Amino acid sequence: MEPEIQTEFIRGTSLWRDAWRRLLKNKLAVFGLIVVALITLASLTGPTIIKRTFGFTPDYIPIGQPKLVRSYPPFKGPDGEFSWKHAMGTDNAGRDQLARVLQGGQISLFVGIIATLVSLIIGVSYGAISGYAGGRIDNLMMRIVDVLYSLPYVILVIVLLSMFRSQTPRGQLILLFVALGSVSWLTMARIVRGQVLSLKNQEFVLAARATGVSAPRIIFRHLVPNTLGPVIVYATLTIPQVMLTEAFLSFLGLGVQAPFASWGSLTADGIQNIAIFPWQLIFPGVTMALTLFSLNFLGDGLRDALDPQMRTI
Amino acid sequence: MILLEVKDLRTYFETEDGLVKAVDGISFQLQRGETLGIVGESGSGKSVANLSILRLVPDPPGKIAGGEVIFKGQDILLLPPDAVRKIRGRRIAMIFQDPMTSLNPFMKISKQLMEMTQLHLGHTRAQAYEHAVKMLETVGMPDARTRADSYPHEFSGGMRQRVMIAMALSCEPELLIADEPTTALDVTIQAQILELIKKLKQETGTSVILITHDLGVVAGMTDHVIVMYAGKIFEQAKTKELFARPGNPYTKGLLRSVPDPTAEQGKLYQIPGLPPDVAHLKPGCPFAERCERAEEICRREFPPFVELTPDHHSLCHFANEVYAESIESSRG
Repeated sequence: MEPEIQTEFIRGTSLWRDAWRRLLKNKLAVFGLIVVALITLASLTGPTIIKRTFGFTPDYIPIGQPKLVRSYPPFKGPDGEFSWKHAMGTDNAGRDQLARVLQGGQISLFVGIIATLVSLIIGVSYGAISGYAGGRIDNLMMRIVDVLYSLPYVILVIVLLSMFRSQTPRGQLILLFVALGSVSWLTMARIVRGQVLSLKNQEFVLAARATGVSAPRIIFRHLVPNTLGPVIVYATLTIPQVMLTEAFLSFLGLGVQAPFASWGSLTADGIQNIAIFPWQLIFPGVTMALTLFSLNFLGDGLRDALDPQMRTI
Repeated sequence: MILLEVKDLRTYFETEDGLVKAVDGISFQLQRGETLGIVGESGSGKSVANLSILRLVPDPPGKIAGGEVIFKGQDILLLPPDAVRKIRGRRIAMIFQDPMTSLNPFMKISKQLMEMTQLHLGHTRAQAYEHAVKMLETVGMPDARTRADSYPHEFSGGMRQRVMIAMALSCEPELLIADEPTTALDVTIQAQILELIKKLKQETGTSVILITHDLGVVAGMTDHVIVMYAGKIFEQAKTKELFARPGNPYTKGLLRSVPDPTAEQGKLYQIPGLPPDVAHLKPGCPFAERCERAEEICRREFPPFVELTPDHHSLCHFANEVYAESIESSRG
């Protein structure tokens, strides 16, 4: 009789597990991760919760309150007494500032994520196809990117936004997405192309070709997953970059328009009353800065975690 | 029955240094069920010749400049790209030199094995998975079912080469091209892998082209041998014949450079000089500079491809003389 051999299967540590472990060791990155998670969660649920708890109208004005003449400071009621109702005070129209900031966070995060998704989809495919095709096609595709790159990014977006100025606030928002998305994929395309160029000469690509795998399949099933590390890192760093651009455009009055709010448009409103009602500027500004810092910390942490060799340099 | 016939195949590379004739007019035949060995130094064109058979030469800079590759009556070089893709992996499969890099590090090996049969045999996922496990068992992977879902980095080099072989054989190809399958492995694993290829070849009746620079491997595995040098076939014969009665000074040099463990200690023979720069070949015999018996004519004229016996050819001005000497010494 054959002796029964006990084979215990040892789970090897995978790249992702290793990276996760390294990320958790990085205090700043963990801080960034927690802050980003909290702000995202608060933005998604906050406005509704506040509205329900304090009985606000859809515009975040307390129900039954007469039209206001002035803005309340934080934690103060109509007669200057302490109140939990408006933790960040109110704006000129009497809208609760906390709810507005969180609602603005929704738009800001949404803009960042959509533009990053566009950069992921267009940038990754474009770069991978260009790198894999090589030769003349690669040359042509990359020159197109160079031309787009050389156009001043912000001015391009400003021109786009003022040329196609939309009548409705919703249309303006969509236009903003298109404008930001159309320029955000360029760097991603370059990064992915560079990765693919070095990967495509590896033997596993030749092996895949030798087994009859078609070119699109090689690009998207074999090459793109191998570029995932740098892609994730760059995508994380794109979100704050796009959010900042959005804030900048909204601050100039080109981006998000009322009744929508974003951190950029809130600060733009706030700066008009900075001498009298400083909280109208401070709260959206600080929230935005905190989020951008956290996203950058997280992105840097991810880069170190996914590419440990980089850290020693 | 002839499975593969290569006629006057030429593959050139355009480099900044000039036109490199990596493969320059080679012809050979492969019978069904036979094993052909291709030996030569690094850069002699053996790998490029085999990549050309499946049209895998990177283009640019490489280009198949001429010739025919007739596989079962069809010239592969004339087929449309889609038809070539259906031959790759399905009817002609390849194993590569370095098992460390020839598996995709981001895909489970089951996925990579399944890709083959889903693509070529139209298997469903479940069928393909079962087939993958079966193939892993065939190549001697212990605990195949659990290990199928591992990533390549969880395997040793020998095991990865087994995975590569499982992948290559999973569609039961008619021809297996093994490009230095054991070069990157240590000696004991080498022997196991060669045994495995031999065994699977007997079971499935697959023909094999074995590219190597290890003459010991050739002696043990092949029926016919081709010796390549500077993109040309220098000698072509049955394996036994070639080892017993070489008809080319280059082959003789190669055979003398194999270490002999029974011999007294001493310096191992080495062919003097280096292989020529294929981009700048002189008109004469490319081996003339390094050849012990080169004469004036060798530097002036390109040597003829001499037929020594119907099965034995040699590219040398003095092929008959060298062959006669070999017969002499094998008797003595």
